[in-house]
Amino acid sequence: MMPFTTLTSKVVPLLRDNVDTDTIIPSREMRSTGKTGLKDGLFAPWRYTDVDARKLNPTFPLNMADYKDAQILLAGANFGCGSSREHAVWALAEYGIICVIAESFAPIFTNNCVRNGLLPIVLGKAQIAAMIGTVVTVDLASQTAGGHSFAIDTEAKTMLLEGLDAIALTLKHKPIIAAWLAQDRAARPWVYL
Amino acid sequence: MTARTLFDKLWDAHVIADLGGGTALIAIDRIFLHERTGAAALNAMKAEGRSVLDPRRVFAVMDHIVDTRPGRSDQTLVPGGQGFISETRAACHDAGITLFDVNDPDQGITHVISPELGIILPGLTLIAPDSHSCTQGAFGALAWGIGSSEAEHAMATGSLRVAKPKAMQVTFYGVVPSGVTPKDMMLHLIATHGASGGAGYAVEFAGAAVRALDMEGRMTLCNMATEFATMTGLIAPDAVTFAYVKGRRYAPDPLPDWSALASDADAVFDHEISIDAATIAPMVSWGTSPEQSIAITGITPVPSAYMGLDAGQAIAGVPIDIAFIGSCTNSRISDLRRAAAIVQGKRVADGVLALVVPGSSAVKRAAEAEGLDKIFTDSGFEWRESGCSLCFYAGGEGFPPGSRVISSTNRNFEGRQGPGIRTHIASPETVAASALAGKISTP
Repeated sequence: MMPFTTLTSKVVPLLRDNVDTDTIIPSREMRSTGKTGLKDGLFAPWRYTDVDARKLNPTFPLNMADYKDAQILLAGANFGCGSSREHAVWALAEYGIICVIAESFAPIFTNNCVRNGLLPIVLGKAQIAAMIGTVVTVDLASQTAGGHSFAIDTEAKTMLLEGLDAIALTLKHKPIIAAWLAQDRAARPWVYL
Repeated sequence: MTARTLFDKLWDAHVIADLGGGTALIAIDRIFLHERTGAAALNAMKAEGRSVLDPRRVFAVMDHIVDTRPGRSDQTLVPGGQGFISETRAACHDAGITLFDVNDPDQGITHVISPELGIILPGLTLIAPDSHSCTQGAFGALAWGIGSSEAEHAMATGSLRVAKPKAMQVTFYGVVPSGVTPKDMMLHLIATHGASGGAGYAVEFAGAAVRALDMEGRMTLCNMATEFATMTGLIAPDAVTFAYVKGRRYAPDPLPDWSALASDADAVFDHEISIDAATIAPMVSWGTSPEQSIAITGITPVPSAYMGLDAGQAIAGVPIDIAFIGSCTNSRISDLRRAAAIVQGKRVADGVLALVVPGSSAVKRAAEAEGLDKIFTDSGFEWRESGCSLCFYAGGEGFPPGSRVISSTNRNFEGRQGPGIRTHIASPETVAASALAGKISTP
């Protein structure tokens, strides 16, 4: 996983609440069992006036020249709600969005971001609105975005900063896990099939 | 010892190691995969040279893409759908995971069959790459949805790295009025406190109106916890729970003593919400988030261009094209019985397409044994094989563009059931009554 340290980028605004993962990547755009080939399906219902022909909707922010190549997406409350599909994060990353600044996130989406090197940042509505049209610098180590400080849990911060593979990290605990399972099997034998 | 919530007890019982900063390594007792993401997770693990730690505690089912039309096979109208089915089958076989395949008698929606088979039990942790895994918290278990990477992590290590959420208690006190269902209770909660009202929390449902529910009703309640942005919903197990679990295939015999799985009387929650159950009415959504729901006697508060509704418009009486009964929210036998009682001897309105998709093959057989299928088909409903079906549009079978659907599902998102489709979510009773009337109606 690519480490996330600092980022300076234009921002693309999508300031509505409850943007769900069905809209970020519709089920019908998930065409293979792989994790790639998803960027053209990103926001398909809003991004295209004709989805099948991939005819771009000129009024959708991602398609506007002002926001071309923005790597930061600005959002409202409860971004990434709905389905747990990690394809939503894979599609954003493949498209080039590696940071989302929102009023709040759905919990599964937050975890999916962290596991894929995307930084989810929570800021206030006014702070987010004021970023439109600007170039924003994000510094994860100092937990600042556009001059505002933000909170992030320690574990997520470390994983992102160091680009860690969570599974590899946890597998280092293999002996502790094995010992825990042995004592748990004795205490709760009914759990083990 | 300080007083603890039910969530604290479940959490503490599964902490393998404290990872610092509020995060712990949590033991995962059960994992459930489905064909939409199962192959992706298993294939990615294989590519990394990782194996499943304990395949006996991992299960998989074909529910998301599988066809629900009668006489089904691996064939599906979903583009590439057959690949998801065949690759998941191969990957499960390869990993030694128990799979409930397309025409297996135990096939069904994950959150319907896991309880039916006794795979979820009180006191367990269960994860699945499916946001509605919180349904299974109804058993006093810690069950929540995760993404593919987390599924891989859980399979490879038997654990997940989890940031501990805050604790919330939602108490429904008193008695619900006649005709008010668990679906209405959840829509009331989400409409009142917002679709992100539970963000950062795990929610325990409590109170007399929750205790009065059977297990299927409790599952409906917990099912939509994810629509409230919580990590999960849970309900302390009681005699109703134990009676449900007893004798299920994967349940232990005799049952262990689960009586301590309850919040201590003096446990402190970070946030509490209290709702008088008597004030809840049958609900229906008018917009494109579950928070945009109102009593069925209400009026739309603001216009919705997508939904084609004006401000101040009465929601009752809005003409519908389609009535859909199904999904992990409301497709269990008690849901079908209540809907069948409404449609018995009556006819679906002209021009309305009405469907019933049982939540599992076992539900389907039970319904057929009671003659419910006949009641539905005599009324003009289609009677299907089990699966997630038309809860979402995956590019295969879909409703005609622009259709207005009354649906017993959990999500009324823009385009969820297809491009331009206008979805109103409600209880199965309301869906049944609306199918007969051809417009949004109460029984």
